[in-house]
Amino acid sequence: MLHVGLAHFLVVAAALFSLGAFCVITRKNAVGILMGIELILNAANINFVAFEHYSAGGLHGQVFALFVIVLAAAEAAIGLAIVLALFHALRSIDVTRAAELKE
Amino acid sequence: MPLFHAIQAALLGGGPPPGTILAEGVREATRVELSWLWLVPFFPLVGSFVNVTIGKRLQDRFGKAVNHGIAVGAMLLSTALAWVAFARLLALPAEGRYLHDLCWNMFTVGSLRVDLSFGLDPLSTMMTLIVTNVATLIHVFSIGYMADEPAYWRFFAYLNLFVFSMLLLVMGDNFVVMFFGWEGVGLCSYLLISFWYTDVEKAKAGMKAFVVNRFGDFAFITGLFALLWGLGGAWGPASRSELGVRDDYRPSAAYQPFHAGGDAAESLAATPRAGGMPVGPTVDFRELRDELLDPSTGVMHHLTTTTIFGFPLLAFVCILFFVGATGKSAQIPLYVWLPDAMAGPTPVSALIHAATMVTAGVYMVTRLNFLFSLSAAAMTVVACTGALTAIFAASIGLFQVDIKKVLAYSTVSQLGFMFLGVGVGAYWAGCYHLLTHAFFKACLFLGSGSVILACHHEQDMRKMGGLKEYTPITRWTYALACIAISGFPVMSGFYSKDEILWKAFTTQNLVAPWIGPLLWAVGLVAAGGTSFYMWRSYYLTFWSGRYRGGPGHDDHGAHAAPALATHSLGAAHAGSFGADVAHAAGHSAAAAPGEAADGSGHGHGHGHGDPHGHHGGLPQESPAVMTYVLIALAAAAFFASFLGLPKSWVGSDPLLERFLEPVLAGSNARLRFAEPGGGLETLFMLISVGVATAGWLAARWMYVTGENPAPARLMASFPGVHRLVFNKYYVDEIYRATVVRAGLVLAAVFSWFDRVVIDGLVTLVAWIVRLVANVDGFIDKYLVDGAVSLVAALVLAGGRRLRRLQTGRLENYLMGALAGALVFVAVNYLVH
Repeated sequence: MLHVGLAHFLVVAAALFSLGAFCVITRKNAVGILMGIELILNAANINFVAFEHYSAGGLHGQVFALFVIVLAAAEAAIGLAIVLALFHALRSIDVTRAAELKE
Repeated sequence: MPLFHAIQAALLGGGPPPGTILAEGVREATRVELSWLWLVPFFPLVGSFVNVTIGKRLQDRFGKAVNHGIAVGAMLLSTALAWVAFARLLALPAEGRYLHDLCWNMFTVGSLRVDLSFGLDPLSTMMTLIVTNVATLIHVFSIGYMADEPAYWRFFAYLNLFVFSMLLLVMGDNFVVMFFGWEGVGLCSYLLISFWYTDVEKAKAGMKAFVVNRFGDFAFITGLFALLWGLGGAWGPASRSELGVRDDYRPSAAYQPFHAGGDAAESLAATPRAGGMPVGPTVDFRELRDELLDPSTGVMHHLTTTTIFGFPLLAFVCILFFVGATGKSAQIPLYVWLPDAMAGPTPVSALIHAATMVTAGVYMVTRLNFLFSLSAAAMTVVACTGALTAIFAASIGLFQVDIKKVLAYSTVSQLGFMFLGVGVGAYWAGCYHLLTHAFFKACLFLGSGSVILACHHEQDMRKMGGLKEYTPITRWTYALACIAISGFPVMSGFYSKDEILWKAFTTQNLVAPWIGPLLWAVGLVAAGGTSFYMWRSYYLTFWSGRYRGGPGHDDHGAHAAPALATHSLGAAHAGSFGADVAHAAGHSAAAAPGEAADGSGHGHGHGHGDPHGHHGGLPQESPAVMTYVLIALAAAAFFASFLGLPKSWVGSDPLLERFLEPVLAGSNARLRFAEPGGGLETLFMLISVGVATAGWLAARWMYVTGENPAPARLMASFPGVHRLVFNKYYVDEIYRATVVRAGLVLAAVFSWFDRVVIDGLVTLVAWIVRLVANVDGFIDKYLVDGAVSLVAALVLAGGRRLRRLQTGRLENYLMGALAGALVFVAVNYLVH
């Protein structure tokens, strides 16, 4: 019988992080990048909760996860605002075009 | 303000009281410190300074009166102070007659202290009075004589500077101050002879005077060094005990390096002493005299026994000093500059080349009488040179036609008489002749200046004649001065010259007893010649028929130019008379004496009253400012007689002899003169007068009418002699062929050496330096600069490469961050 332990959660979290990181790196679309960041944050959340459950046995991890969710909401709001501003400026949300400061 | 206080002290008798007698050492003579003596030479210096710096502007703005006002004012102040000093001196007891003023210590080397200090003993007081008074008179005369000179300020600046130097010379109480003055008067002489420097001949004459004087000055300073060497030199212990000399003077101590740090007091403390008296090298006349004359110091014994190159040191030193004197005082062999010096303005000839500067040599020998009287050889050299010069120059004077040249050779001859006097040991007589000569020769020179002006700058006596009607005052003063110089008992020249001849006859101070009478005979012939040529110049100038000169100076282009300048100036004044009030006022002030003098004379047809008749016409008397000076000098030449009335007439020693006695005491104790009684002296006086009369009558017979054929016949019968003497024995030519030529050859050799060797070396060094510089430049350019450029280029290239990393693309950065994190993890994993 398969016993679901800490390692499984960590594998899921790592997979989720990798997907998120891959998304952030490969996307040129700013909204896509924001979505990748969400995945990375949720991977971290899984880690928090999993470690709390298996190692410490308290509620600290859950609280951390809640904080991260709130943070993610705020980040999404600010990030989308930046994307809107970018779209205003460039008529596009392609981040490769936001290279005005480059030499 | 210190200046004011010093003047106040001088006039009111404040400052250190006359009773303050400072005793220094045991035997050293007492002296009175007067804090204002320095003012006597200071005023002419100030006058000179003002005229040099702002004189030209003053002259342009306010007229010439300001320039001569400054110069004459300075002279008057100086003269007044000299008289005050004289009065102070007379108030002292005869032995203590020494006024002293230490300004500051100039430098101290070991035990040798050199001060800027002035000392007035009777001798220097006499000289100071001569210099200040005669110079003042000549300054006044120059107001008239130089009235047309554009560079008026320059003339008075030089004249004042000369008086300053001359006062340094006579008032300095040590060799160094005296030498400053000695060189200063040489410089001023040069400046004034070449005053009209645009005339090449005159510039050359000044250069000649300067160069010839260098020979003398070189000898002078060499003599001084030899004397210092002798005073400090090896002082053997031999025979000191037999002399009874105290043994506490170790002369070698003078050579020991001792720690006297340049302070005069320390130096004095470290000076070796014998019997309480400082001994060893000194430049101070008094110190030198005191240590020399006190036998217990052993200095005299040492100096008289030391030899240098096998030659007695004392004679060597004295002869070198005398060679210095022959340069300044125009004696054989260095007299050649003085006749040429007549190129200068006539007041200069009177002041510098007759009355004052040329007597500096006589003054110096008299000042060092204690030294000269120790060496019979040196005295003989001095006396013989003097007598030889007297007759040599007198013979040249016989045939000169330029009135100033006659007076120049006469001056050389009279200076010879002075040296004859000091050479035979009659120091006071030499000084007396110096004094009388200063007056009558200045009078003669200024008279000749007056004549030259009257004859429109003509100096040739053949073109004068008959002037006695046109220039009566000049004529009479000139005649009086002629009486004085030729030796008639009514004027002073007789007393001084006769005293010299008498002392020459009776002297016992020369190396052989027969030299004295021989010198007397030579001197007598020279005196006869003097009488002849002076009266010849008098008759040729003022008598001998009618005036032979031209009405103007058309044949003198050199003088026409300044005269023309004056005319145009006058015209400008007439044109803008009201516009330039200050200038016009200055001009009329300058011209006023002239107008006063010839107001009733010649109508010039010019509005500005030229005082000198530059416009031609008959000769006319000079302005009052000049004639009064002539009268004053003639009067002085007369009254100077009373200073030297002989003992056989008045029963006591002459005034001047008594006055100078303290200075000459050291040598008088050693000098011997025969005293043949029985009216021999009177007989000799009669002989002198007879010779003078013969010269006078001969000249009168030959030249009074201007029609006597005797002179021409005489010349025709002895053409060789005449040519030889007329050409001044070809001495100038001989000098040119030998000394000058040798000098030029030497100069050419040096020039070649300079050009080829020195310049070659310099060029070589320059070439090497350039080579090194090129190598260095190469290294700098390619190695050092290359390294720097390389670093810069590397940084630039690196920066260019590295810049590519900064893509601005988020994914790249993130990839980098992840890669870094992976590396960390991998490293962490691997390390464990």
